[in-house]
Amino acid sequence: MKKDWPLWEVFVRSKNGLEHRHFGSLHAPDAEMAIKNARDVYTRRKEGVSIWVVESKHIKASNPDDNAEMFDPADDKAYRHPTFYDLPDDVEHM
Amino acid sequence: MSSKEVKNLEAIFDTKIARDEKIEPKDWMPEKYRQTHIRQISQHAHSEIVGMLPEGNWITRAPSLRRKVALLAKVQDEAGHGLYLYSACETLGISREELYDQLHTGKAKYSSIFNYPTLTWADIGAIGWLVDGAAIINQVPLCNTSFGPYARAMVRVCKEESFHQRQGYEIMMTLCNGTKEQKDMAQDALNRWWWPSLMMFGPTDDQSTHTEQSMKWKLKRKTNDELRQQFVDQTVPQADILGLKIPDEDLKYNNDTGHYDFGEIDWSEFWQVVKGHGKCNKERIKARKDAWDNGKWVRDAAMAYSEKQKLKKAKQAG
Repeated sequence: MKKDWPLWEVFVRSKNGLEHRHFGSLHAPDAEMAIKNARDVYTRRKEGVSIWVVESKHIKASNPDDNAEMFDPADDKAYRHPTFYDLPDDVEHM
Repeated sequence: MSSKEVKNLEAIFDTKIARDEKIEPKDWMPEKYRQTHIRQISQHAHSEIVGMLPEGNWITRAPSLRRKVALLAKVQDEAGHGLYLYSACETLGISREELYDQLHTGKAKYSSIFNYPTLTWADIGAIGWLVDGAAIINQVPLCNTSFGPYARAMVRVCKEESFHQRQGYEIMMTLCNGTKEQKDMAQDALNRWWWPSLMMFGPTDDQSTHTEQSMKWKLKRKTNDELRQQFVDQTVPQADILGLKIPDEDLKYNNDTGHYDFGEIDWSEFWQVVKGHGKCNKERIKARKDAWDNGKWVRDAAMAYSEKQKLKKAKQAG
């Protein structure tokens, strides 16, 4: 029986107060080993204080081919930004 | 997809590259771009992994604890670099197993420099100073390469690499300030590693088959000859500080160009080693393959354990 170790995505919080950020991926037999391997592969120089791992197959990604319909509708919605609104210059704290 | 549609996608792709936008794994890319990247990134990963072997050879014989922890950390970094690069490569749709298989069967290449033997402790110094020095010059431009996962991996690699070169130079410095026998050992290591290090930049520009396309894709930012010249220019003064002599009778500073002129590289030796006839080609691949094959029972046991645990948890949940 040939069974290869699955692929995991590794997320590391570099310090408290910051979010976990994607660092890369690695192969491991299970979640515990994935965290141990991630410690050795991605944090040899104190790059982090917390590690998340998730098996890559559980990530559903949007398709870049759909980017136009996904993200372009925001283009013409300038009214979602504060600078869209006209205020006299002497109004303060706003 | 019709050929007209492909042409259109190619045009969009070329504009993105020209604008210095990154290409990410799920974006459309020409098949040749994908294949070239798989080739280059995997070669790079294999070089890191095989690169552990000549140095690993000296871990148990390091002359002090200080040298030993440094060498251990360096070799561990190389394992890490190999792993960053393998996962970057996998995003292009090739599996880890296929990549290993290509290395073990000789289908994929790795840097020829690792097919030279490490005969004395001074070789560890020379490798750090010269081989890692050359690798850094090759790698720094890759931090800006167009393929996102490769560029990100390279940023991490380059950050970690500079300690490798400094620890090597420190070893050379210590030997050069030591007994005559130690200094001779350092000179002998330089004599043997100098020319292979110059070859690390690859064939001359007029002989390099991939340069033009790779420059277009920003997979390469400078040509082999430009990078080699940069290496010579920065390394010669470092040898002077050590009081060592670069083994090249033609080496001379050229006042007109502001660069060092250097002698002819023995390209027949380069091609011999690339084709598998270097001193250690067979030994390196055998060591690598044995490590993989002999570790199989561990990998299988870990997988079996993980599956058992999953079943147990499922049962408990009932």
